[in-house]
Amino acid sequence: MSLRKLLAAGLAATMFSTTAFAETNITWWHAMGGQLGETVNKIATDFNASQDEYKITPVFKGTYEEALTAGIASFRAGEHPNILQVFDAGAATVIGAKGATVPVEDLLNENGVKFDINDYIAGVRYFYADANGKMIGMPFNSSTPIMYFNEEALAKAGVSAPKTWEEFAETTAPALKEAGYIPLAQSHLPWIFTENFFSRHNLEFATNNNGYDEGVTEIKVNTPEIKAHFTALKEWKDAGLFEWYGTGWGDNQNPFEEEKVAIWLGSSGSFGGLKEKVGFKFSATLLPYWEGVTKEPKQTFIGGAALFAMAGKSAEENKATAEFFQYLTSPEVQYMWHKETGYVPVTEAAYELAKEDGYYKESPAAEVGIQQLQLPAGEWTKGYRMGFYVQIRDVMNREYGRILTGETSVEDAFATIEKESNALLARFAKTQG
Amino acid sequence: MKRAAFSSPWMPVLLLLPQVSIIFVFFYWPAFEALESSFYLQDPFGFTGTFVGFENYLTLFQNSEYLRISIFTLVFTVSVTFFSLAFGLLFAVKADKVIRGASTYKTLLMWVYAVAPPVAGILGVSLFYQGHGLITQLFGFFGHEFVIGVNYYDTGFALIAVSIWKQVPINFIFFLSGLQSVPRSIREAAMIDNRSSSGRFWTITFPLLAPTAFFLLITNITYAMFDTFGVIDVMLRSEPGNNPMTLTYKVYVDGFRGGDLGGSSAQSVILMLLVLALTIFQFRLIERRIHYT
Repeated sequence: MSLRKLLAAGLAATMFSTTAFAETNITWWHAMGGQLGETVNKIATDFNASQDEYKITPVFKGTYEEALTAGIASFRAGEHPNILQVFDAGAATVIGAKGATVPVEDLLNENGVKFDINDYIAGVRYFYADANGKMIGMPFNSSTPIMYFNEEALAKAGVSAPKTWEEFAETTAPALKEAGYIPLAQSHLPWIFTENFFSRHNLEFATNNNGYDEGVTEIKVNTPEIKAHFTALKEWKDAGLFEWYGTGWGDNQNPFEEEKVAIWLGSSGSFGGLKEKVGFKFSATLLPYWEGVTKEPKQTFIGGAALFAMAGKSAEENKATAEFFQYLTSPEVQYMWHKETGYVPVTEAAYELAKEDGYYKESPAAEVGIQQLQLPAGEWTKGYRMGFYVQIRDVMNREYGRILTGETSVEDAFATIEKESNALLARFAKTQG
Repeated sequence: MKRAAFSSPWMPVLLLLPQVSIIFVFFYWPAFEALESSFYLQDPFGFTGTFVGFENYLTLFQNSEYLRISIFTLVFTVSVTFFSLAFGLLFAVKADKVIRGASTYKTLLMWVYAVAPPVAGILGVSLFYQGHGLITQLFGFFGHEFVIGVNYYDTGFALIAVSIWKQVPINFIFFLSGLQSVPRSIREAAMIDNRSSSGRFWTITFPLLAPTAFFLLITNITYAMFDTFGVIDVMLRSEPGNNPMTLTYKVYVDGFRGGDLGGSSAQSVILMLLVLALTIFQFRLIERRIHYT
């Protein structure tokens, strides 16, 4: 075939394909690796197969931090995706940059997709919303910290899962230690023992309405309740009732899987992985609270990430994004996502579907996360919004590590966290001005 | 003698242009951008920002943590450079003496060079793994409970050890070729004058190796400060926590993970100045004492 003929054929093929499949292509950058990534691909494939007007292409961009950085760099170069997945700690960065995203509530309303914030389960409604309660990011993979326990270990020690930290310290932990276990470990000190400590006990975490309102926010972390909690942690660690294996998530989860640790605090999203990996019987329940701090424990914050519709896209592409969000939040897709990954379903309808299907009868632990997010809300439980929060978490991790290795005292550590975090928040405020 | 000259003065400029433009686009331009953004506090998306003058620099100098990281970087760089040069030289001298199976030894000593830094990091993670790692068990045998990721000094030791291991082969290769270029006649002459082999090494061979050693000193310092990123990132699992890290890793932590472009630009400008000062120092003070043949 001559070159000219080949070119003509190629040209004809392109023209044919554009006329035959006038579909709108959109891209979705995410940070879901491994089995989670496969489920993301399945959602995309199913969406593409469900209609022929739109086509979504998911692209794995590495860790949460890497995905956010890639999104920012591409936005500055004008080559950003339609949908970007941004994690909880990066929410202030992306929501603060007005003009980088189209609020999901506006996007859906403008494209004729019915939107009611009350369709979403209580715990996820306002975490990615602005100060007026308008939803900016679509909650996607939502999890919350819960307490997993080795049932055999607890039976051997003759105790049940503790409801409060007082019960843990007085009854559960000594019995588990006696039975030859390390009673407690956890995988994320800033998330589980700081952010969610404030929400579970309904304590103010930051000024400016937990940071939702405009202005220079100050963190309120140097407070007696949380300092008492960390003082207790250090005492438990010295007494062999708690162990800390470093800042890495897996280093703290492994000893639970190896049956050395009896109780492990992790993500409700860890459920799927644990179920596949461990050979022993385990279950989960709500995160304990200090009875001395509150008699009415509240719901916790969601962790995980949300999907943001990025600005600067054509109306057709935004329509496609809206259609995809509608598909994604449909009860069937949410239920599938919930079952495959362990993340909570984000809508009431999906939760109802899971209940009707009898999913929680066969695996009750899968319901714990959503139950905890459905607990009564308090004044300080809707979320927090702080800029440079990734660095603030780094500061917390550093100082908490020093407390637990005895390099610093609880008093000094929290004074340092307060000072450095407030300096970071003041700097962040300048980036917004 | 005939002078070669271009007929037009623009010709050399034209011929230099590709090289100059590459240097400009890939070095001067980004360096200038970093310098510029170090004076701003910017929203990472580029919508808003404030000119803050030297505030980004002042913040760093007032932060005790930055000082602590600088000190660790110094300790890290000095130990990685010193030990990887020392081991490289030691192995080269020993391998140079081997006659039977020489190429096998050399290949075995060189192959590590082909290991990519993140892979070296993964090997480090498994060797120093909490409780189970081979080196962790070795420490346990001597009564020290080695816990990487928890104990600041243990993590620092592991980072330094893996970084040295990764760098020894290239020093070995350079020292070996340096040794092999020392003329046989000089060695034999020295043998008559001095019976002690170590004496001969330090007075004759080592000074002749000085140009190689000087070149390696610069490349090793650069390696320790910048190229160990892959090892550090893998071994810290991208979560610095209470672990030690180097200044270069801190640029990444604040800029890439944290989105603080101004702050991390200021840090990279400091690193640029540091490298500049180091290079001037080395060429001015050390190179004068070295004689190239």
